[in-house]
Amino acid sequence: MEKQDGFMKALKCRECGREYPLTATHVCEFDFGPLEVVYDYDRIKRSLTRHAIESRPHTMWRYRELLPIANEPTVGTQVGFTPLIKADRLAERLGIRECWIKNDAVNYPTLSFKDRVVSVALSRAHELGFKIVACASTGNLANSVAANAAAAGLKSYVFIPADLEQGKIVNSLVYGANVIGIHGHYDEVNRLCAEIAGKYGWAFVNVNMRPYYAEGSKSLGFEVVEQLGWRVPQHTVIPMASGSLLTKIHKSYQELGKLGLVHHTDWKIHGAQATGCSPISVAQKAGLDFFKPVKPNTIAKSLAIGTPADGFYALRVMKETGGHAEDVSDDEIRDAIKLLAETEGIFAETAGGVTVGVAKKLIASGKIPAEDSVVICVTGNGLKTLDAVNGHCGHPREIKPSLREFEALMQETEKFATHH
Amino acid sequence: MAAQVRIPTPLRKLTNNEELVEIKAATIGAAITELQKRFPGIQERLVDEGGAVRRFVNVYVNEEDIRFLQNLQTPLKDGDEVSIIPAIAGG
Repeated sequence: MEKQDGFMKALKCRECGREYPLTATHVCEFDFGPLEVVYDYDRIKRSLTRHAIESRPHTMWRYRELLPIANEPTVGTQVGFTPLIKADRLAERLGIRECWIKNDAVNYPTLSFKDRVVSVALSRAHELGFKIVACASTGNLANSVAANAAAAGLKSYVFIPADLEQGKIVNSLVYGANVIGIHGHYDEVNRLCAEIAGKYGWAFVNVNMRPYYAEGSKSLGFEVVEQLGWRVPQHTVIPMASGSLLTKIHKSYQELGKLGLVHHTDWKIHGAQATGCSPISVAQKAGLDFFKPVKPNTIAKSLAIGTPADGFYALRVMKETGGHAEDVSDDEIRDAIKLLAETEGIFAETAGGVTVGVAKKLIASGKIPAEDSVVICVTGNGLKTLDAVNGHCGHPREIKPSLREFEALMQETEKFATHH
Repeated sequence: MAAQVRIPTPLRKLTNNEELVEIKAATIGAAITELQKRFPGIQERLVDEGGAVRRFVNVYVNEEDIRFLQNLQTPLKDGDEVSIIPAIAGG
């Protein structure tokens, strides 16, 4: 039994602590609390040392003992270990001593952090014998399920709000996935998928596979710590949709502490939302430990979840670590996308604009002190949400292929520069 | 005629695997009391000690979350569809 389950022991309800076998199931039968994987940390401690990790390939699977699969990964074996960029030019503009960008906009293969959770969910689905995989998605997850399922020879169904960005729709269709557009927002897609998952025997990565799926997000936190030289950042700013990523990055820091791989415990976790869908941020700012669901209306569609499943736990993490939440308007999101692009050469999707914009606000208000160091998590690629910034960053100037026209244009540019 | 209540998988052990249950009740709160009469034990799964809907339980009437309606006081009429759904993760 032990061998068959790898380093996992059971699934456990986060609310009441009842334990369940390691199957495709996600809620407690008694109080509907979410189930979470329990690990055998004593065994992991014997196997997972800094030396062991550093000797392994540069993928998220170098922390394999802390990821919930029984055997070696079979899907997404190349995912993760994205760059951690020291963002000096951005730091100067934000007015902070030190700033780092964790750049999951270049995650493999579908350019968002979702490749992390999907490689875990599909590897586990494969272990449990599923042939069809599915998801409810705001776009990035659909792309990742579609691509990784295709590469693994699994059939996939992805359910998305019908009004998503064109880039995200094409990015699912191209892999041959069954793409179902729902007339409704993500919370309605989610509700439908919960009902479908109850009826069809598929591996829904964020429904019945959720306990395994969600753990994949921890790898982002493990990487940040290792890339900083085995140091937990003072401040981490994380985008919040359901709130799951935020809670899992916090858990990743805790686990590394528990295993003796890092030694300090004074980190702060901050959450970022778009003002047009900010149930968690509104609750945090009001000092509440519960949130009120909202109907989303924001260009940050990948964060547009009005009923965030992990909102309650995200609020608790921010409270426990002394972190803060903040939210930014659509215009502030676009400005932050441009700021990141112009200072660091990184083109983030709207969710990245949310995170950078919120970091800016938290630094300006002193909630992140200017003498500190911050890691900003950019979780998706700007090429997928071109609609959101198209027309907001100028237009190319067009001329005939003539040197005279070019020189005239340059003179005009110089005149403009001296007058402004 | 009555409202149709869709029972989620984790609760079907209590309803003898019945997936769709007909309930005659004036409000969501009354429907839960009625469900409890027919399937003892189901109430405590849905509402906490204080009588409020549990944190991780979402209840919908005709696809609308009751938190956008009148919570447990949300009225029910003939032919309404009620769904009980666990909160699920992001995407």
